Amino acid sequence: MFNHKDAPDGTFFNFHKEPPLVAYEFFKLGMWIFLATEVLFFGGLFAAYFIMKFKWPEIFSLGSAQLSIPLGATNTVILLASSFTMALGVDAAQRKDKGRLVTMLALTFLGACGFLVIKYIEWSGKISHGILPGSDVFFSVYYMTTGLHLIHVLIGMYYIGLMFFRALQGRYTDEGSSHAGVEVGGLYWHLVDIIWIFLFPLLYLLGAH
Amino acid sequence: MAHEKTEYRPYLEPKGLYNWFWTVDHKRIGLMYLYSILIFFLLAGLCALGVRAELFYPGEQIVDHHGYNVLFTLHGAMMVFLFIVPGIPATLGNFLLPLMIGAKDVAFPRLNILSFWVYLLGAIVVLGSLVGPPGSSWLDTGWTFYTPYSIDSSTGVIPVTLGAFILGFASILTGMNFIVTIHRMRAPGMTWHRMPLFVWSLYSASLIQVLATPVIAITLLLLIMERVLGIGIFDAGMGGDPVLFENMFWFYSHPVVYIMILPAMGVVAEILPVFARKPIFGYRAIAYSSLAIALVSFFVWGHHLFVSGMSNWSRWIFSLLTFAVAIPTAIKVFNWIGTLYKGSVSFESPMLYACGFIFLFTIAGLTGLPLATLATDVHLHDTYFVVAHFHYTMQGGTVVALVGGLHFWWPKMYGRMFNEKMAQVGFWTLFIGFNATFIPQFIMGYQGMPRRYADYLGEFHDMHFLSSVGAMVNGLAYFIIFGNLIWAVFKGKRAAANPYGSLSLEWQTPSPPPLTNFDEIPTVTDWTYGYGDQQKA
Repeated sequence: MFNHKDAPDGTFFNFHKEPPLVAYEFFKLGMWIFLATEVLFFGGLFAAYFIMKFKWPEIFSLGSAQLSIPLGATNTVILLASSFTMALGVDAAQRKDKGRLVTMLALTFLGACGFLVIKYIEWSGKISHGILPGSDVFFSVYYMTTGLHLIHVLIGMYYIGLMFFRALQGRYTDEGSSHAGVEVGGLYWHLVDIIWIFLFPLLYLLGAH
Repeated sequence: MAHEKTEYRPYLEPKGLYNWFWTVDHKRIGLMYLYSILIFFLLAGLCALGVRAELFYPGEQIVDHHGYNVLFTLHGAMMVFLFIVPGIPATLGNFLLPLMIGAKDVAFPRLNILSFWVYLLGAIVVLGSLVGPPGSSWLDTGWTFYTPYSIDSSTGVIPVTLGAFILGFASILTGMNFIVTIHRMRAPGMTWHRMPLFVWSLYSASLIQVLATPVIAITLLLLIMERVLGIGIFDAGMGGDPVLFENMFWFYSHPVVYIMILPAMGVVAEILPVFARKPIFGYRAIAYSSLAIALVSFFVWGHHLFVSGMSNWSRWIFSLLTFAVAIPTAIKVFNWIGTLYKGSVSFESPMLYACGFIFLFTIAGLTGLPLATLATDVHLHDTYFVVAHFHYTMQGGTVVALVGGLHFWWPKMYGRMFNEKMAQVGFWTLFIGFNATFIPQFIMGYQGMPRRYADYLGEFHDMHFLSSVGAMVNGLAYFIIFGNLIWAVFKGKRAAANPYGSLSLEWQTPSPPPLTNFDEIPTVTDWTYGYGDQQKA
């Protein structure tokens, strides 16, 4: 099984050097566990959504009708596309193709930026009409879910940006390097995507359009 | 084991703040966690003594009613979030897990130290609620933060809930680290069914940490947003549902009691066979019952809401599922007793604690049944009976096992022996004080004394007085116990590498262990409980 090649000296900067293959296994399992925590985190929020929707079907129906399906659908397509480019990036990293990895990470980052722009249009439109968290239970749930999703998009963008610069330096594609970082970044980004896949129909489509 | 190749240097060297601050060594992190949680154990324990001091006599004694609410709130919040949740996993678990499975460290050493720093940050934020005048800003909602009061209260709900939110990250990081470590870093030959039962219990507890903690995170976040933005999800006046808060809160907070108790059960399963000189009885039954408890724990939260407004069907199902927890728990108790049966039992202090655990925890489990029963729970809900029940699980179970585990592994951690006589005095003081505190609470709870009241009717005076005297003895016991352990670190006799003749891996390396735990990763050929047939080892 596992065997450290070098003895760690036990401090933060030089603890132990894992063979890349082992690190890869660790990171992937760790990321899957982290994704499970994310599912439970949003699961609690979805539970609140369903309880509130069950209690106040009319408020949810009317609130949902005020959201723009074209904007929401566009954002869904953008996020799905960025997930696709992310998957191509992981594939490029596996094939040690530095150029394609850098391109794909840049495209993914652009997709995330597009998502933010549309989200900004939607939120600022709502806020300018005086619709705020606490206006009614639907919009409280709307702002909480999309807001927390947005925070996850921002964290994802930070990491994608980080991967972009590391990829430029060849940290994932050089001889003897590990592409585990790209792999777990991809997993995270797909989770951000899939949460949106649930949010879009629940918030935008289940209304009185 | 041969030590010619590398010079032996215990992990406690090199000393110095820098080496502790930047350490990623799981053993040092375990100790840092231990020191931290014990500080909060002291603070929260003093709050409890304050509560009991107030209740010596009916009427206002030393604090006013708000002060009393603050005392029991701080006691509960600090005990739960700062002491007992990290309790065994982050201290003994961190220290022992890699040693027990024959690894040099956990899978993510840097996340491990991050977990500790995040824990300290969360603790500081919780304590931040104490900045400001005690009368108007010290938290008085109880550790459960029930809505609607927690929305209206002027006191420091936000710092404490935000702190608990942050502490959740520390808990998740530890759980995730342990799961990956157990999956990926076992020494050659250390198969799942050769792992020490403490590792099985840590694995089960880690699963709960990872799966339940995110739900309290979103619950507390919604509560914070409720206070900051007035989103109304828990506010009946705005169409929200306060009982939803209770449901979401207990969806975490019931499984979390198994984060507290499962590792305690693991500690007991390690101590018993060593002092009975017999292989553990029913290894697989104990191992799988940990997983069963972890699984069932997610489906019993509703028993906290039997009187909060709930359909009859839900009540029946939650009652039934709660009874189901008793099955794997009883399996464990029977197997522990089976381990003792016809063993050569010697009652040194760790064994006293292990047996004390079985005795007290059995009371805890059995008194849980009338609370799971719908008809009797209506009568007992929110009385001292509940308080006594969960203190038997938390203190009689988890804390007794933690202290027993500390005695058992103290020579491993510091290479020093404590004074055995004093340790036994400490145990009996604790045992007597604890029972004197909480047996009267069962009785007066049954008679109808409600919990969380600063005052009481004269008829309860005898029981309250007895309980308060017991609490003082209980408090004194910890000073004896930890005084003895701290004395041992500086003045104790040098311990042998394996003073109890244990067979598990953590004892097959010098005490205290070197930084990398083992000179060579050991190869495992048998389970760790072969006592009796392998005395020569």
